[in-house]
Amino acid sequence: MAAAPSRLRYRPLNLARWLIWGLTVLAMAVLPQIFTQGFAITLMSQMGVAIIFALSYNMLLGQGGMLSFGHAVYSGLGAYIAVHTLNLASSGQIWIPVSLMPLIGGLAGAFFGVVFGYVTTKRSGTTFAMITLGIGELVATCALMFKEFFGGEGGITTNRVVGQPFLGITFGPGVQVYYLIAFWCLLSMALMYAWSHTPLGRIANAVRDNPERAEFIGYDTQRVRWFTLIISAFFAGIAGGLSMINFEIVTAENVGALRSAYVLIATFIGGIGFFFGPIIGAIVFTFFVVALSGYTNAWQFYLGLFFVLMVMYAPGGIASLIMMQVQLIARKRFRRIAPHYLAAGACGLLLLAALILTVEMTYKISVDSADGTVMNLFGVQFDASAAPPWAVAIGLWVVGGALFNMARKRVARILGEIQTEILQAKT
Amino acid sequence: MNARALELKSVSKSFGNTAIIRGVDLAIPKGERHAVIGPNGAGKSTLFNLISGRYPLSGGEILLNGESITGLKPFEINRKGLSRSFQITNIFQRMSVFENIRCAVLWTLGYKYSFWHRLGGLKDANLRAEEVMESIGLKGRRDTPAGVLSYAEQRALEIGITIAGGAEVILLDEPTAGMSRTETADAVELIRKVSQGKTLIMVEHDMGVVFDLADRISVLVYGEVIASDRPENIRGNKAVQEAYLGTEAH
Repeated sequence: MAAAPSRLRYRPLNLARWLIWGLTVLAMAVLPQIFTQGFAITLMSQMGVAIIFALSYNMLLGQGGMLSFGHAVYSGLGAYIAVHTLNLASSGQIWIPVSLMPLIGGLAGAFFGVVFGYVTTKRSGTTFAMITLGIGELVATCALMFKEFFGGEGGITTNRVVGQPFLGITFGPGVQVYYLIAFWCLLSMALMYAWSHTPLGRIANAVRDNPERAEFIGYDTQRVRWFTLIISAFFAGIAGGLSMINFEIVTAENVGALRSAYVLIATFIGGIGFFFGPIIGAIVFTFFVVALSGYTNAWQFYLGLFFVLMVMYAPGGIASLIMMQVQLIARKRFRRIAPHYLAAGACGLLLLAALILTVEMTYKISVDSADGTVMNLFGVQFDASAAPPWAVAIGLWVVGGALFNMARKRVARILGEIQTEILQAKT
Repeated sequence: MNARALELKSVSKSFGNTAIIRGVDLAIPKGERHAVIGPNGAGKSTLFNLISGRYPLSGGEILLNGESITGLKPFEINRKGLSRSFQITNIFQRMSVFENIRCAVLWTLGYKYSFWHRLGGLKDANLRAEEVMESIGLKGRRDTPAGVLSYAEQRALEIGITIAGGAEVILLDEPTAGMSRTETADAVELIRKVSQGKTLIMVEHDMGVVFDLADRISVLVYGEVIASDRPENIRGNKAVQEAYLGTEAH
């Protein structure tokens, strides 16, 4: 009798959850029909790969409490094995369809997870982080030493169009690659989500929270970390295989420290505390890298600044900011705060304009002055070495800073009021 | 009845040159509720850490159900049926009460490192977790993160995690430390209930709790057991009174 209400809670049928998954599938299916330009397709393809990679990384960081500095090892080696497999397939020595190459990458990633993970997961915390850094450097060095396998500086190239078209699919056009990536992305997302609701997934959380206690309820924490890492490496390998198909080249960069740092930044920006955090992080990050790098050479500066600001002011990432708003909406308080958000956002735009102006003018003068200091920003042409634009920048900083500070304080005050109200309503 | 659940044979432990445990012999029969008492710094918690595998022994041997567990890791000892609680609350802070308990039942129920079972579908694990929550009186706090529970509730959860796996030998390290009088009374009832038919060994400072619960008491002073007997005999023991009861309690 008493178990009846609790049994209800076990029901996996959750309307909101199905709605979100349904909308995700729909969006992934429809988006390339709306944004048909090559650039958009490429961008979305890269986002799909980044989502798998970031989710696999968060299995370690968010779910297992393992800060890895060498996650690109698994995606990169997965990509290398997949590219060699694809080349064997195209020379007719073996028969594996292109659409299964990500699985090859995944299995390769898992294999290296078994090997390297056995070493790295011996320890946790800072020691784990250090060992992953070491393994990452080791593999990156190997990539330049063993030219036969890694292709040296030039990497290994391939052609993703292999054999006869199947139902008209050749994987030649970008949009076909996009749908292949979307398929694997959805499958990986679903599987990784499912994993977080398995005994191993939950015990990984337990080991993250309190490794000592986990040992006293029967778990070998080393094993838990190792198994988690192997599964994480499997999905990283899938991402590697897909990126190989997308770019038709794998280079030493794919296993490098920079790639490892990127996935850490993307995951953290999105938020490691929620399953969907890394998905958002991967989308935002890829947009930063791919779109912004087309507009400005200083994109890494903006990315770094954004990352620092997130770590300092929103350590829960974008996901935690979203969840906060969801809470406010659920408690019918969002309308009260929304206008103040808008005000703070407008003032923030002033500061952003000040930042962009300052950074771009500095960049023009210091790095990019070979063909003069005249530049074009927001459709306005001006001389970066003249005084007026700098005066405008300073003015924007001062006015924007003062206004933003006021708006920020008001947002904080009203959020505080709302929180007190909610707490009082509870008691 | 004479079968021994736990046996310590001249167990010793030193940290550097300091001997903390100096040759402890102890035999605890199955089904007994046994209390270890002694003044601060006597080595009670260290003794627990040795039995549960948290620290390696410096000498001697420990047998669980007649089988040596010397040198085994904590999780190996736990799998053999010995479970312990901690003096300083040691729970999974960010997880809900229910998740805390469910994690503690997974290994015993054989789910181990499974990534092919869905937690929501594990009827036995979920039922067992609900039962344990019921018995420790935390059913109403099912979905509360463990970190925001009250102190007494955290202590109850600590015991819940310890007993959830169904271990036959239970070690409780100061289960009532820092509790109010009524909370202590509740805790005693809880301990009595959950240790039914099991072997219980507890370190405890509260003499009321000790004499209320224990079938036998061992007195540990400076790393040595100076007496191990029934409560009424311990109360009358001269050496114990001198070393411990006379100066600290009562």
